Amino acid sequence: MMRVQITKRTANVRPRKKSRPRHIHVLKNLTFYLPLLVLTLLVFTAVFADVLAPHDPVAVSMQERLLPPAFMEGGTKKYLLGTDQLGRDILSRMIYGSRISLSVSLAVIAITASVGTVMGIVAGYLGGATEALLMRITDISMAFPPMLLALLLAVVFGPGFWTVVLALSILGWAPYARLIRGETLKLRYTDFVAQARINGASSLRIMVKHIFPNIVNSLIVVITMAVGMLILAEAALSFLGVGVPPPAPSWGYMVNEGRSVIDRAWWISAFPGIVIGLVVLSGNFLGDWLRDKLDPRLRQL
Amino acid sequence: MSRYIVIRILQAFLALIGITVLVFILVRASGDPTHLIITPTSTPEEIANLKKQLGLDKSYPEQFVVFVSGLVRGEFGDSIIKRKPAAEMIKEALPNTIKLGLPAFFIAMALALGLGVLAAARRDSIYDAGVKLIAVLGQALPGFWVAIMAMLLFSVRLRLLPVAGAGTLKHYVLPVGTMVFFLLPGMMRLVRSSMLDVLDAEYIRLARIKGLSEAKIIWKHALRNALIGPLTTAGMIFASLITGAVITEIIFNWPGMGRLLVEAVTARDFPVVQAITMLVAAMDLGMNIVVDIAYAFVDPQIRHQKS
Repeated sequence: MMRVQITKRTANVRPRKKSRPRHIHVLKNLTFYLPLLVLTLLVFTAVFADVLAPHDPVAVSMQERLLPPAFMEGGTKKYLLGTDQLGRDILSRMIYGSRISLSVSLAVIAITASVGTVMGIVAGYLGGATEALLMRITDISMAFPPMLLALLLAVVFGPGFWTVVLALSILGWAPYARLIRGETLKLRYTDFVAQARINGASSLRIMVKHIFPNIVNSLIVVITMAVGMLILAEAALSFLGVGVPPPAPSWGYMVNEGRSVIDRAWWISAFPGIVIGLVVLSGNFLGDWLRDKLDPRLRQL
Repeated sequence: MSRYIVIRILQAFLALIGITVLVFILVRASGDPTHLIITPTSTPEEIANLKKQLGLDKSYPEQFVVFVSGLVRGEFGDSIIKRKPAAEMIKEALPNTIKLGLPAFFIAMALALGLGVLAAARRDSIYDAGVKLIAVLGQALPGFWVAIMAMLLFSVRLRLLPVAGAGTLKHYVLPVGTMVFFLLPGMMRLVRSSMLDVLDAEYIRLARIKGLSEAKIIWKHALRNALIGPLTTAGMIFASLITGAVITEIIFNWPGMGRLLVEAVTARDFPVVQAITMLVAAMDLGMNIVVDIAYAFVDPQIRHQKS
């Protein structure tokens, strides 16, 4: 799909100057460094939540409920981003909420990426009936509306951490399988795979030792691009009350809690939503950047 | 051609059977539904009667036969909470969802076409940048949050629109807007990228050499072909419609299918959840078949492939 266009810029290519100052490099790659910074902060916050949070995220204080953020009239420095209906500190809840977002996303990625990769490589390399069966399953699960399945599972198993992970994983492996199969198909007829086969390597060995290392780049790109989507999906499920149940401070659930007092206390809904948006934006930008660097062929994703 | 259609319909039918079995198993796995109805004072006889009434005294294969034959006749069982047929509750809720979904779909489609084509035709211009910005923000900001913020701005602060509920035309603005927000970014990106691919093609260059006007090239020659690609993503559009409907109806207290579903889930009212799941899955499969067939008519390569 990539096509080199002869433009003024490519027509008279001049050798690049030896070394550019560091700050120019950083500025030019702002879409890489800024998202990386946000996501690093997210991981840092999640790991050190108990040190960073100024208050207990579930401590109720009825005398101090619906306090506005510190920068508004009536706000105090004690609660920088204000408090909710139960007088709980919004900032502390958001800090602890990062743990939920991150742990759900990581668990889902671990499951979907491994299942999808195995299915994709097996389908692509073995071909035949195995491939047909696996790809039909993939098609069906890609057609099913994920929101519906998540709600169905919530009614069956009751809301909880593993219900959310299961709900997001059950359909989430399909895009990996489809992509990895495509990549495997291309590798299947390469010389080095043929050579390995001539040397008497087993199918399993070829898939693990020869095909897998060559699809890792694509895998990394797709995983990065999935982060934003997963955080958004987890937030939507929490918002609907089928995520990790309260009192755990999930970001989506916090937005929902603020809904009933939106006329009096906008900050309860507003801040968690901004953080979700920022994190998802960073994940998407980082994914785009990695894709362009590691695997430009995936541009259409 | 007809062979292709028959195969697609058979596959969809298999998928539907798969979903039926899955729903049946999941619902039974959720535990004994009588626990939701009985009170501490219920006698063992009352419980046994209730089980008989709900058909739970039979074996699983028998229950499955009852379940499937009910589905065929359009009977999904009674709601445990409201004690009326689930099918009736759906009949009341479905039109309300369609009233939101259809306008949202057409508005989103019109906007996606207009903006997507504009961005592709004037690539790297300020319009393109604007469209990209909408797409990037639309895919990063949570739809439920945007809806609540819109409510805060237009209903609470400016007092231009009602906060929630259904009724007058003004009640439609925010919910439909929210649904459009769910649909637009994905559709717009698709139109833009498939338009860019088409504009690169030889026959477009030929049209330019022939001296056709740019408007004619874009709207007549390019757009037609560019639309084939996005057509196949009907599944994706349907999925975002469902997600959009569920979240929008909850936020704006709209008496549609999405709200019904979430209420049923919270109350563990499984016959209703089961009925909606089956209905939506069937609609989804049906839509995919229609799209596949339409696609086969448009694209000869698919029509003639051996499958």
